[in-house]
Amino acid sequence: MDAVIASLPEYWDGFLRTLYLSVISGIIALIVGTLLAAMRVSPVAALRGFSMFYVEVARNTPLTIIFFFAAIVLPRLGVKFEQFEVAAIIALSSYTAAFIAEAVRSGVNSVPVGQAEAARSVGMTFTQVLGFIVLPQAVRTVIPPLINILIALVKNSSVAGAFFVLELFGYGRQLSNDYGDQVLWILLGVAFFYLLITVPLGLLAHFVERKVAIAR
Amino acid sequence: MTSVLYDVPGPKARLYSLIGSAAGILIILGVLAIAVVTLAQQGIFDADRWEIFYGPLAPDVWSLIGQGILSTLAAAAVAAVIAFPLGIALCLLRISLISWIRIPTQVVLEFLRGMPVVLMMLFVLLVFATGQFQAVVVGLVLYNAAIFAEILRAGIQSLPKGQREAGLAIGLRSFQSRMSIEFPQAVRRMLPSLIAQLVVLLKDTSLGYIVGYEELLRKIQIMADFLGPDFLFPAFFVGAAIYILINLSVSRIAIMIERRGSKKAAGGVAPASIRTGLSAGGNDPVAKDSVEGPGTK
Repeated sequence: MDAVIASLPEYWDGFLRTLYLSVISGIIALIVGTLLAAMRVSPVAALRGFSMFYVEVARNTPLTIIFFFAAIVLPRLGVKFEQFEVAAIIALSSYTAAFIAEAVRSGVNSVPVGQAEAARSVGMTFTQVLGFIVLPQAVRTVIPPLINILIALVKNSSVAGAFFVLELFGYGRQLSNDYGDQVLWILLGVAFFYLLITVPLGLLAHFVERKVAIAR
Repeated sequence: MTSVLYDVPGPKARLYSLIGSAAGILIILGVLAIAVVTLAQQGIFDADRWEIFYGPLAPDVWSLIGQGILSTLAAAAVAAVIAFPLGIALCLLRISLISWIRIPTQVVLEFLRGMPVVLMMLFVLLVFATGQFQAVVVGLVLYNAAIFAEILRAGIQSLPKGQREAGLAIGLRSFQSRMSIEFPQAVRRMLPSLIAQLVVLLKDTSLGYIVGYEELLRKIQIMADFLGPDFLFPAFFVGAAIYILINLSVSRIAIMIERRGSKKAAGGVAPASIRTGLSAGGNDPVAKDSVEGPGTK
């Protein structure tokens, strides 16, 4: 127990870095994922094909492999990063974007057909239909699954700890080396800090889900 | 292909779309070409780099890769086989009528779901001083059993109330009604999610790399370390391709099963569930259900 208290500064640093990784990758993934979803329903065949291919491959690739590629293979090929955080953010956001694209797409499909038909019959173009009518309504149904994807993102950021980034999991490994006799407490401490992020997010998802369910 | 989102394209729009597609393909090809040229300049495509896959070392290299694949699949298979029954048990506890069983289970499930899988693997590895294989399997089992439990619970809650009421009304105990009436239907309803979770489980075995389990990725790295950095890219390329191919094919199977299931469900679930409700005194509602399910279409 005292090992946990003695290493609180490390925990805090790791906690902040986990948050940092998750927030930055989350924002990038949300933007890229929404773009991919829009491409997926667009009239241009090449965009549809690209989005489908990307989503299919990224969803079926283990995150560890993407990390391995970004953090170990890319530098060998001459793409050097100042910090390994950059590699971690690239890996996390390119992985998460595929899941977000799928969630947004199913949200788009959940909007009643009449909405799009009505929008089109008053003369709106594809971008207008999507931007003003469909996506704003899709957001409602999409938010609970999106929050779940973000929770997964926070948990997935732990993989970065194995690829030279000192976030919560990375510190956990380091500290359990330093305090070999108190591994149990050290790791429970790490678990606590993860729950500090994931449990409130989970409660938020529950809350939003109930809200949306009542509204519909 | 028609979509409500836009009109069936006329000649002009088709032309634009064609030009757009061509431009898009050109851009993608351009980026690929740049990448290939850059790689080629570093000698990635020199034959001697790829020699490990067909040269004198090839048998060793492929047997290492084979071992990697086997240990990946072994961990996934063992974990899946243990996680599913455990998930059912956790689900039963989670929906128990007795609050001092239900609430602690809920807390445990929330805890397990909120944890990174890799942290659980490390925990098992260090705290219980197990081997890597056990650590990977236990980590996967704990996490996925919790997810299975939640999926099944959602399935049971989505059933019409009458199912359980009818079961109780004809004198089944609560547990009997759960096992012989509610679970079979819940599993069927949730089959797509359950299979999707199996794919996730298979993918997550790659986390074993981090705790030192010698699965495919770790083998690749051992190989690259042994052969020298020049061979890292070829080895990684082949390893990643194998991993992705395995996952893609399992996902395909999942989608196929889902399609078949949804075809049945479209005509089958609602009427069949009424029928199982009425005939719950019969021996085997599941068999009846699955025999008559497709017929109602």
